[in-house]
Amino acid sequence: MSHWPLLSLVTFLPLVGTTFILAARGDAAVVARNARNIALWTALVDFALSLLLWVQFDPNTADFQFVERTDWVTLGGFQFTYHMGIDGISLFFVLLSTLLTLLSIVSAWEVIQLRVKEFMIAFLVLETLMVGIFCALDFVLFYMFFESVLIPMFLIIGIWGGSNRIYSAFKFFLYTLLGSVLMLLAVIAVYFETGTTDITVALTHSFPAGLQRWLWLAFFASFAVKVPMWPVHTWLPDAHVEAPTAGSVILAGILLKLGGYGFLRFSLPMFPLASSYFTPLIFALSAIAVIYTSLVALAQIDMKKLIAYSSIAHMGFVTMGTFAVTSEAVQGAMIQMLSHGLVSGALFLCVGVLYDRLHTHEIMRFGGLIERMPAYAFVLMVFTLAAVGLPGTSGFVGEFLILLGTFKVSTIECALAATALFLGPAYMLYLYRRVIFGTIARADLRGMLDLSLREKAIFAPLLILVLWMGLYPNSFLRPIQVSVDHLVQQVNAATDAAGLRRASLP
Amino acid sequence: MSTLPLPDIWPALPEMVLAAAAMALLILGAWRGESSTRLVSWLAIGVLVLVLFIVAGGASERRVGFYGMFVTDAFAVFMKALVLIGSAVTILIGMRHNEEQGIARFEFPVLVLLATAGMMVMVSANDLITLYVGLELQNLALYVVASFNRDSARSSEAGLKYFVLGALSSGMLLYGASLVYGFAGTTAFDDLTTLMTGAARVETGVLVGLVFVVVGLAFKVSAVPFHMWTPDVYEGAPTPVSAFFAVAPKLAALALFIRFMIAPFGPLIAEWRQVIIFLSIASMVLGAVAAIAQENIKRLMAYSSIGHVGYALIGLAAGTADGIRGVLVYLAIYLFMTLGSWTVILCMRRSGRMLESISDLAGLSQSQPGLALALAIFMFALSGIPPTAGFFAKFYVFLAAINAQLAGLAVIGVVTSVVSAFYYLRVVKVMYFDEPFGAFDRPISAELKGVLLVTAVVTLFFFLFPGPIVGGAEAAAAALFAR
Repeated sequence: MSHWPLLSLVTFLPLVGTTFILAARGDAAVVARNARNIALWTALVDFALSLLLWVQFDPNTADFQFVERTDWVTLGGFQFTYHMGIDGISLFFVLLSTLLTLLSIVSAWEVIQLRVKEFMIAFLVLETLMVGIFCALDFVLFYMFFESVLIPMFLIIGIWGGSNRIYSAFKFFLYTLLGSVLMLLAVIAVYFETGTTDITVALTHSFPAGLQRWLWLAFFASFAVKVPMWPVHTWLPDAHVEAPTAGSVILAGILLKLGGYGFLRFSLPMFPLASSYFTPLIFALSAIAVIYTSLVALAQIDMKKLIAYSSIAHMGFVTMGTFAVTSEAVQGAMIQMLSHGLVSGALFLCVGVLYDRLHTHEIMRFGGLIERMPAYAFVLMVFTLAAVGLPGTSGFVGEFLILLGTFKVSTIECALAATALFLGPAYMLYLYRRVIFGTIARADLRGMLDLSLREKAIFAPLLILVLWMGLYPNSFLRPIQVSVDHLVQQVNAATDAAGLRRASLP
Repeated sequence: MSTLPLPDIWPALPEMVLAAAAMALLILGAWRGESSTRLVSWLAIGVLVLVLFIVAGGASERRVGFYGMFVTDAFAVFMKALVLIGSAVTILIGMRHNEEQGIARFEFPVLVLLATAGMMVMVSANDLITLYVGLELQNLALYVVASFNRDSARSSEAGLKYFVLGALSSGMLLYGASLVYGFAGTTAFDDLTTLMTGAARVETGVLVGLVFVVVGLAFKVSAVPFHMWTPDVYEGAPTPVSAFFAVAPKLAALALFIRFMIAPFGPLIAEWRQVIIFLSIASMVLGAVAAIAQENIKRLMAYSSIGHVGYALIGLAAGTADGIRGVLVYLAIYLFMTLGSWTVILCMRRSGRMLESISDLAGLSQSQPGLALALAIFMFALSGIPPTAGFFAKFYVFLAAINAQLAGLAVIGVVTSVVSAFYYLRVVKVMYFDEPFGAFDRPISAELKGVLLVTAVVTLFFFLFPGPIVGGAEAAAAALFAR
């Protein structure tokens, strides 16, 4: 184990990058070029450092690793510490954050011409905050990262977004803020119950059953909005449509995962009894999310909106798998989140490619692209198939494990969710047919250029990862497994002890 | 014939220095005429800094003077320091503004000094009489300051409005104080504490008196439903004066409020808590909702300050040492973010004319990125978004509320903070998302730049070094509960 504070380095390196960008002087073009380069190199180095985490990660223990701990505020009985660490659940989210930030910055290379400096600063700050969320082991620290994320994202949507960006930015901000503040009160209540803001202590503390339900609901308010679960999902399509491509990638790739991560990290281990009590609610909402949003996706005429709704459906799988609390389902939920991070990110990048050329994401404006853009058609096909869960892609592994694990708990829920197996292909392939096949109907489509080298460079790593995760998921499952098993055992032990033998749901 | 011994006057040394200095500066100004305004202003700032050193350097253990009518303790030291900082910064940022607007007169710093002396007496009041003397000393100076731009109808209106409503509230307070005296037989806080602690049953008259005093104090801190004067006065008064009103008198009145409720009437918390909870909820809700429709940034800040009083009162409603610590942390942070916001408002000037409309900020992020960043930091802080100091301000009061079993109050607090986030975000939106409209006058003077830099840095990086403020608040709150 290295003696370097590796986690802090990964977390705060982007902030160092922003100070360099701020120091850039000269005329606008020079500043923009410098800002891009600094951001790229910072993100690259940060990603490399985060790979080091994976290399050095010990997959045989469920304990937190790379732990750093320093006193921060120690006053009058109330203290919080700077406490960081990762386990199998958070490891890949850190990697996903650093990877997607890097790709976002590359994807914005030529597209963003307006206020480049601010754009790059916003992304690097966002990276720090996202990595911080997944590493924080102190509630106050966690909450600071968790809520601060809203500021750069608000600015990204509002400044570089589409025509209705202001409405979307406000909706995004206020919706998610309302969820988080309720969690803040729950965090305070947890502090008074456990006497510390240390997350590792809270994870093993057994809360009284009555309190658990209230706290669970408060945490749920925050995470359900982030996931987002039906019926609090309405901010997501708006935010996605208006956000710039890079913003959508981060939004779909990372910010939605905060909800799923929160359920796994906090709701399940801290409130096992309440989780068990509310499982039918989660199952019902998840099933609605899967079926309803899939149908809604079918009717969309805007590509970004369609992918946004498909995200909600995919995240429905995640919440279902999480609360099934079997080892398979929870591992599946983890893989599904990672897979969705890669795939939906890639799909938004695909839409971005078209948007850069034609400045629209309306489906009807396209058609017959295969004639002019064969490489693009190939890339989009792989990610479309990954999104519908074709065996051999990452999407399959996640969905299969979730359905397998959920089947043990509830057959009906599993059957309802399985409808996604034909609804998903329906809207995705329908989208693919309309955009890629057919005849070229408009003159401007004839002039479309195929993927540039830069764009290929963005898609290549995503493509490799999606196939790797699909063909040999063990590389990813192995670090996850021990932590997930530990979590599942802990939850089951708590429910058993309370005599709450998990009622076998129909 | 027995004579009373000379009272112990040393606890009031800072106040005496301040009052004497104010007189000296008045004479200096009268002797040297209008041309000495700048000199008097700088000297006034110097005096405030000197007094700040005397206050901070003095012992922080509890000392009473003037036969128990005057008290200094860690609580008084903490609040006086905040008040002094607020007053000094007001004079600093107002100096050049007043010159440019043609209202530079040497009386302004002198009046601020006198008002500050009154506020310090309020903070140290340990008797209903002291309380009233301090309050009136402050008020009389403030009435004049509010209408300081005497050629402007709006400013005169603001002064008159403040005077009439201020007099009304003073009347209420005085009536309440007389009831308390009538039923309890004493005006000294220490005696009242003994009486209230021992009493098996409290006279209804005392409670009625208490409520009247609370009403009078609620006027001063502009808690709903006694807030009506605030938006009009903030809008009408010259901007540095509005900044002053938003900070120093409010802090002093809240300090007085806290001491009055906790020291003599602490044992009656079960009786008065519901009143405070009502004031708190009403202020938070009105502050959040009414500000949404404002177009004028000074009115927006007025409603914002009403809302913030509501949050601070949550800590008082908790009534515990935790709660008071929360209020004090809140007030300290409020001081910095509010002063910063008002300083930005002072920079809103095109070709010498002051601008007050939110839409005038359009595109500020492109024309003056530094100024826009500063205001954005203050707006996020006022709405309580981490990592800014505003988050910690709210965090500490909610902490106390949850601990005191006031979860419902805390829930209302966080929900209204989300509502109020809307209008703070609107300011950010105008600056960052809208098209530029043209820059404000430049250069921004060195004093304003300095104030902006310090307040912005404190607001943004509070989380790195929360020790001094939180620790000071902790000691101050403990001092109040020591007996």
